Amino acid sequence: MNFVATLIHGEQQAFNPASLTRMQKMTLRFVVIGLVYYGLAVIEGTIMRVHEVVPVPTVEPQQFFAILTAHPLVGIFGSTYSIVFGAFLFLVPFLMKKPLWSITLANWTCALLAIGTLTFWSAGFVSEYAPLYTLYWPLPADFTQFSVWGGTFFIVGIALVMVGTVFFVVNIFKTITYTPAGWEKQPAGALLGSALGVTAVRNFFARKKTEHLVPLPVAAIARGTVDTALNSAVILFTGVLILVYMVAALLGHDLRRSAIDALLYKNWFWWGLDLIADGLVLIFVAGTWYLLATLITGKKLFMENIARAALLVELVVSWTVWSHHLLSDQAQPAVLKVVSGEMVTAFELITQGLAFFITLATLWSARPLKMTHPLKFLLGGLLGFALAVPAGIMQADVGLNRILHNTQWVIGPHVHVAILVGLTMTLYSAIYYLLPVLTNGAKLYSDKLATFHFWAHLLGGIGMGAFMGMAGLNGMLRRTLYVNGEFTPYMILAALSGALLLLAFLAFFFNVVMTVGVKGVVGIFRPSRLETAELVPAQP
Amino acid sequence: MVDSRMVLMGQTIAYTLYVLAILALMGWFAYRVTREGKTGGVRPALFWSFFGFLVVIGVSLHIITYNTIPWVPLDLKRGTIQADTVVSINVARHQFQLPADRIVIRCHEKVLFRVTSSDLTYGFGLFRSDNSMVFQMQVLPGHDNDILWRFDRPGVYSIRSTEYSGPAGRDMTLKDAVEVTCAGADGQ
Repeated sequence: MNFVATLIHGEQQAFNPASLTRMQKMTLRFVVIGLVYYGLAVIEGTIMRVHEVVPVPTVEPQQFFAILTAHPLVGIFGSTYSIVFGAFLFLVPFLMKKPLWSITLANWTCALLAIGTLTFWSAGFVSEYAPLYTLYWPLPADFTQFSVWGGTFFIVGIALVMVGTVFFVVNIFKTITYTPAGWEKQPAGALLGSALGVTAVRNFFARKKTEHLVPLPVAAIARGTVDTALNSAVILFTGVLILVYMVAALLGHDLRRSAIDALLYKNWFWWGLDLIADGLVLIFVAGTWYLLATLITGKKLFMENIARAALLVELVVSWTVWSHHLLSDQAQPAVLKVVSGEMVTAFELITQGLAFFITLATLWSARPLKMTHPLKFLLGGLLGFALAVPAGIMQADVGLNRILHNTQWVIGPHVHVAILVGLTMTLYSAIYYLLPVLTNGAKLYSDKLATFHFWAHLLGGIGMGAFMGMAGLNGMLRRTLYVNGEFTPYMILAALSGALLLLAFLAFFFNVVMTVGVKGVVGIFRPSRLETAELVPAQP
Repeated sequence: MVDSRMVLMGQTIAYTLYVLAILALMGWFAYRVTREGKTGGVRPALFWSFFGFLVVIGVSLHIITYNTIPWVPLDLKRGTIQADTVVSINVARHQFQLPADRIVIRCHEKVLFRVTSSDLTYGFGLFRSDNSMVFQMQVLPGHDNDILWRFDRPGVYSIRSTEYSGPAGRDMTLKDAVEVTCAGADGQ
């Protein structure tokens, strides 16, 4: 086939969107939207990288900080949530061997994530609303710096994302516990207990062990979804609080901003956000590692019961670590700094370290393995967290935080390496693995491009984190524009690494489009012709 | 005398060694996992040894920093320590309001920087002329934000806000606003 034909119809015309079930289309829509928003985050990230080297003429400081505000939210809610929710809405029914509770609700989740992200991104783009994703009180309501209308639409966009998230939470737990029509009554309580870890705790004390009713990856998804639910409640509440001030301002009333305690707000905000950063991310990633390891090897997970227990420990830990964001807040009680910020946070070294070991041990038990793209990216994801978690543990220390807080160390070797290398490469591994299943056998256009994607992403992500980290250790702050060239050499190297990340994404995007074809991408968004609620078409 | 430069040098060395080790481990693993090898998998003893190692690292990091970084016990116990000098600073509308154009501090005296905010959340950081950080803290409105510090060598430092307070706060820097003087044999 020639290039144009492949571009239109996909590699060897192997992908036929008309053959997709409603479930496959639902999942692929999530993935396409997630990848589009990832592309937006990478492009805006590149703009900021360049701006830190030499100011981009068309980007005024206010616009720079508006980009900085939207960037993590587009990445987390627009991209990661889309890909992860889409994958899990497919995988839970797949692993539980029962239909999804509601495909309609799943499609609503997809639409709300997409529209919500577009709303807050647009509000930021047009109005330059720039309180950053941290929204430290009272900055979100500082109408001397920001537009009230812009802020209102921004918060409404976030709220739409959260409503879509709530729908996801309901769908996951209903799928685990409900009885499909015509089935024998499912033991809903026991299923939920198994998913959340109640069974495991009981088994620890009981002589006669109860069998686990849900597979381990579903347990991981369920536990991470608990944090997803709690976080959506926190973000929705915070959004409503900010909206009250915005609506009052629009109606001509200036509410007293000191009515809300800035320290209490910060504790509340970080408790909520750590349910994402230290909760669902770590739990979902560990669960995905376990699933990929067992799928790639065909073997049982090493130390499965310990893995299950560690997921529950991580859930509880995620509720109690938030003070590591307040180690430099001098009004924060010292006992919270030491116990929550240092000691409990150190547990994450153990839970993630165990997940890392268990995954590697499972892969090791099946050698020799073929170095496929899913395996490459899985190893990349493991490496990412192996680099980023210790970097985070270091800054979660009272002494070190005094000289690391709000520097590029935090956002470089920790946050971006965790998200771009650890999390994103894990997601890519899942995408490469599930591509044939979700597309009924589409043929990957180019293995060479996939290999380039791997190396460019890995080296770009680690490089960018490293050079940002070096700048941070030399005093460069995050969320700051340096205009006198104080850290230019580091920023040049970080920008070159960022360019590699952009190239990696473009290679992947091109590879995927050529795999399924432009008609295939469009076909994903057309209604499915198959009436079945099955995950994949029945084999003839 | 342990200062931020020394601590960060130690961190740089430790983390760099760790990174090299983990890159080597993963590279070795990626190579060996595609090769034939002994059957039998990983022994549980190795797993439990690794678990013990993680516990030791997690616990010992904070014990080590408490006992080697001088500002940690000073900070955690500052409520019970009498400061030799108190420097009160207010921040409002993205401006630092200092008690004097240049704050002069003597070596070895315990200085309490008490910084208040009239409106937004800011940061308060001291930086050397090479832009490296001496220390920083957050400054929250409606709260006492104080840090007890002891300087062991002379120097001139700039004050910079280390927290984002909106685009209007992007230039919150006071160059050479703090001078530390050391008299006699202690001076450098």
